[in-house]
Amino acid sequence: MDWVKGTFGTSIGKKQLMAVTGLGFIGFLTGHLLGNLTIYLGPESFNSYAEHLHALGPLVNMAEVGLLLFATVHISTGLLLFYQNYKARPVKYVGKKWAGGRTIFSATMPYTGVLILVFLIIHLKTFHFVDHDNQTISQIASNVFSSVGYVVFYTLSMVVVAFHVKHGFWSAFQTFGANHVKYMPAIFVLSAICAVVAGIGFGFLPVVSRLVL
Amino acid sequence: MTKKINLTLKVWRQKGAAHKGALETYSAQQISTDMSFLEMLDLVNEDLTLSGKEPIAFDHDCREGICGMCGAMVNGRAHGPEKGTTLCQLHMRHFSDGDTIMIEPWRAMAFKVVKDLVVDRSAFDKIIAAGGYVSVNTGGAPDANNIPVYAEDAELAMDAAQCIGCGACVASCPNASAMLFTSAKVSQLALLPQGKVEADKRVLSMLRCMDELGFGNCSNERECEAECPKEINITNIARMNRGFLKAALFSRHK
Repeated sequence: MDWVKGTFGTSIGKKQLMAVTGLGFIGFLTGHLLGNLTIYLGPESFNSYAEHLHALGPLVNMAEVGLLLFATVHISTGLLLFYQNYKARPVKYVGKKWAGGRTIFSATMPYTGVLILVFLIIHLKTFHFVDHDNQTISQIASNVFSSVGYVVFYTLSMVVVAFHVKHGFWSAFQTFGANHVKYMPAIFVLSAICAVVAGIGFGFLPVVSRLVL
Repeated sequence: MTKKINLTLKVWRQKGAAHKGALETYSAQQISTDMSFLEMLDLVNEDLTLSGKEPIAFDHDCREGICGMCGAMVNGRAHGPEKGTTLCQLHMRHFSDGDTIMIEPWRAMAFKVVKDLVVDRSAFDKIIAAGGYVSVNTGGAPDANNIPVYAEDAELAMDAAQCIGCGACVASCPNASAMLFTSAKVSQLALLPQGKVEADKRVLSMLRCMDELGFGNCSNERECEAECPKEINITNIARMNRGFLKAALFSRHK
């Protein structure tokens, strides 16, 4: 099994893990957003979506285990890369200027990542690990979003997600080696579209919930 | 038109790897704008020597941008602010009278400071020794054009082969990663039929050597291609990434 360590333990191997799990999360976000858009149709539709989803039973549990596994790999590898990259330059520059390659999205990846983790913990605590027997998902959402502070926190968190997706999406394709003259320009555009859709799509949900639910 | 300008230099001075370094301030008087950056440093060093002080140590050789020896961070930019030039190709006409210029050595765990602006880049030699070559049997030279090479592939290989190993990519990378250098050296061979033969083994051993030397991990920040004096681009890194995937998952090499 030495070759497994010699593959996923290398710098490129670790990046592959980040890319695969990261793209997995983009897939999850797509599904999550599509489902949540039923909020626009009112509480009945939203509750019905949630019921149908949970009717899938073991499939949902499997997806949860998969997401947990992906999160563990993505977070632990990300933190390891951050530590190794910090260590790779023990003496810092007195004055360093960026040449135009780096963007605010790429430069903040480790930090937006940690912020998303914080959001995720709070999000699970307020929506997932709550009493689901005596209240519907619309009631839960309506309760949570009744706090203006939480709405602001949620919306800002979605901006952070958009930042992370903006660099993460195209970066994953570059890591797979899919930098191609024909497709790379489209991947860059798609990266921006994904970020904006995630940011706006999720970002407006609390406001919509307050109006609709 | 040639002008004479006066400058203030803040230069990193460090006696050796074991010593602590610091920025020291010097004044560079009556610098012709026709001079190269290295000629300006030569002039400052002459003054320092005449006044009995230790001249500033810096690497240089060909002074025409092809050897890869020179290089320093000038005002926070590798080889200075001009695009696609080495430090010896940076001319003083890009500076104005009264400017303060900060000069620091390349910074990376894998590039230890030898003295002042001179860093030890032998880590690059180790990466090349790990697989950056083609094994050829000795004997009579083969006929030219025996192996067909597609002209566009040859051009791409030559683009990658332009890498002079100066280290600007590592110096400018936020993570001090050597991926642009290593990928250029992998690509220049992998693109050609003679190099394809050993491509799988090469990419694995060069990557593992690069990791062992303490370079950081690539996070696609693209600072390397923006600062490379030979304008080598990150499609080489993508090529190395997919070459690695192919070698690690599908070849028999462990």
